[in-house]
Amino acid sequence: MYAIEVRNLWRIFKTRDGVVEALRDVNLKIKKGELFGLLGPNGAGKTTLIRILTTLLLPTKGEAYVWGYSTATEERKIRPIINMVSGGEYSGYGLLTVKENLWMFSQFYGIPGKVAKRRIEYLARRLKFEDILNKKVRNLSTGQRQKMNVARAFLTDPKVIFLDEPTLGLDVEVARVIRDFVKEWLLENDERTVLLTTHYMHEAEELCDRIAIINEGRIIALDTSDNLKKLVSREFSLVLRIHPKINISWINKIEGVQKYLTREEENGLRVRIIMSREESIADVVDGIIKHGAKISYLKKEEPTLEDVFLKLTGRGLE
Amino acid sequence: MIEFLRAVKGRAYPRVIGALREPSWMLWDTFLPLLSLSAYVFVYRSLHAPREFEGFVILGGIMTAYWLNVLWGMASQFYWEKETGNLQYYIMAPASLESILAGMALGGMFGTTTRAIGILLLGTWLFKVDMSVTNPYLLLLIFVICLAAMYAMGMMFSSLFLLWGREAWVTSSLFEEPIYFLSGQNFPVKALGPYLSMAASIIPLTLGLDAMRQLIFPSSIKFALMDPYLELLFLSILTIVYLFLAKVFLRKMENIGKTKGTILTRWL
Repeated sequence: MYAIEVRNLWRIFKTRDGVVEALRDVNLKIKKGELFGLLGPNGAGKTTLIRILTTLLLPTKGEAYVWGYSTATEERKIRPIINMVSGGEYSGYGLLTVKENLWMFSQFYGIPGKVAKRRIEYLARRLKFEDILNKKVRNLSTGQRQKMNVARAFLTDPKVIFLDEPTLGLDVEVARVIRDFVKEWLLENDERTVLLTTHYMHEAEELCDRIAIINEGRIIALDTSDNLKKLVSREFSLVLRIHPKINISWINKIEGVQKYLTREEENGLRVRIIMSREESIADVVDGIIKHGAKISYLKKEEPTLEDVFLKLTGRGLE
Repeated sequence: MIEFLRAVKGRAYPRVIGALREPSWMLWDTFLPLLSLSAYVFVYRSLHAPREFEGFVILGGIMTAYWLNVLWGMASQFYWEKETGNLQYYIMAPASLESILAGMALGGMFGTTTRAIGILLLGTWLFKVDMSVTNPYLLLLIFVICLAAMYAMGMMFSSLFLLWGREAWVTSSLFEEPIYFLSGQNFPVKALGPYLSMAASIIPLTLGLDAMRQLIFPSSIKFALMDPYLELLFLSILTIVYLFLAKVFLRKMENIGKTKGTILTRWL
């Protein structure tokens, strides 16, 4: 039995502006004990999939199972064994302290008061927020609030936890504390399973046993981080910063240029090019100079998951 | 059952703490309604209406505080919870939505009762309202059952609000004035005539107010709609019916929301 199994899953939303196919024929099998990553840009369908798996949404077509139970018909069996954290969430009540908020949520899972208190103190120690336990939630910083949210989800000792962009908008230190905690939590029990959605490729690379890349509602690749990167193993990335902004669509015509991605920066562009011929670097540099721009940064990089995504979809993750 | 009670306690807690931690709300929630009640009292005085009418106004003010809590703190609460992001965690938790709503109700009753006591004490002192309770046990029972029926009605409405977006706010406002009118907040509901007053009896506030007035102001029996024992019976039936409908509607609406994606998705 898998921790999570999804078969031919479709989710279609009917909106005032038309029909949105949020998930299109998604198939997934996540083993118990696995930390599985779902990597994709905003609007790719990650949150929709999590909402179906957390029994908050019904699929339009197909089936989804958590711990062997159907999310559509056996939600009462699923709910006690799952929990979720979303990035940038504002759950809880500002008037309550962190400790009171956590206790309140524990009551919805029927956890006895003493057990809840013990777990809150333990999680506060592990996530390094003991100093704010008696602080009112409305006075918390974003990072403190997210640590509380993470504690809220782990407090119920779930078998499967869904982390939906859990480090979104957090500073490096808080994100690191959360990532370290998730890794340690998994090691404590062989069966604990995590489904992590993120559009931070380094987070997916660091944490996940396997990664599915999702784009426009479809899973377009699924493997370990190393195997995914083999999809672009014959290529390399060329990262450039150029200024002023110029049109670089001509770059596609250079032999060995596979795909490129641009991001506007102040007074210029950041360009990431997937290339297969080192000899073509000179052509790229010449071309940019001929078009009247200057190069302030140039680096050849090993392929990353972002390059995999770029190669597969022609677009960036962020 | 223990899990149910834990969830009730958990959700009641923020409301109880809210009432205790920010008592300034209570001051305003007592003082401002008292101003509007005063207007009715002065109108009755200038018209030389029977003195018990002034008592009707005070009692109406007390029970209206509960009705407002039912509307804004129960029925439309899921809309606010959706906006703040709590709703998904309520639905995802093993606790039933009924237990969450029961917690909201008990917590809300606590806060409202403190306000109601303030209105009662200040109102009776300011306007020298003479109350002579004939049967305190029956009065207490009717008060409790009336609250139970009102909050059960709120629970039923909350299932509808589960699906609504901003309309929830408008609908809550729409339910305010007609209910004041139909429940006879400041006048004997019998004045509406037999058909309209009977129809208004599906609102627990109507029966509760009518019964309590008879028990607090014995001379007002001539204005009564029906016997207080009969009203107690109807209130009990209404409680059961509204609780049953709330349960059915909550399941139904949750299912519709999950199918359409309207429970959590704001852009639909």
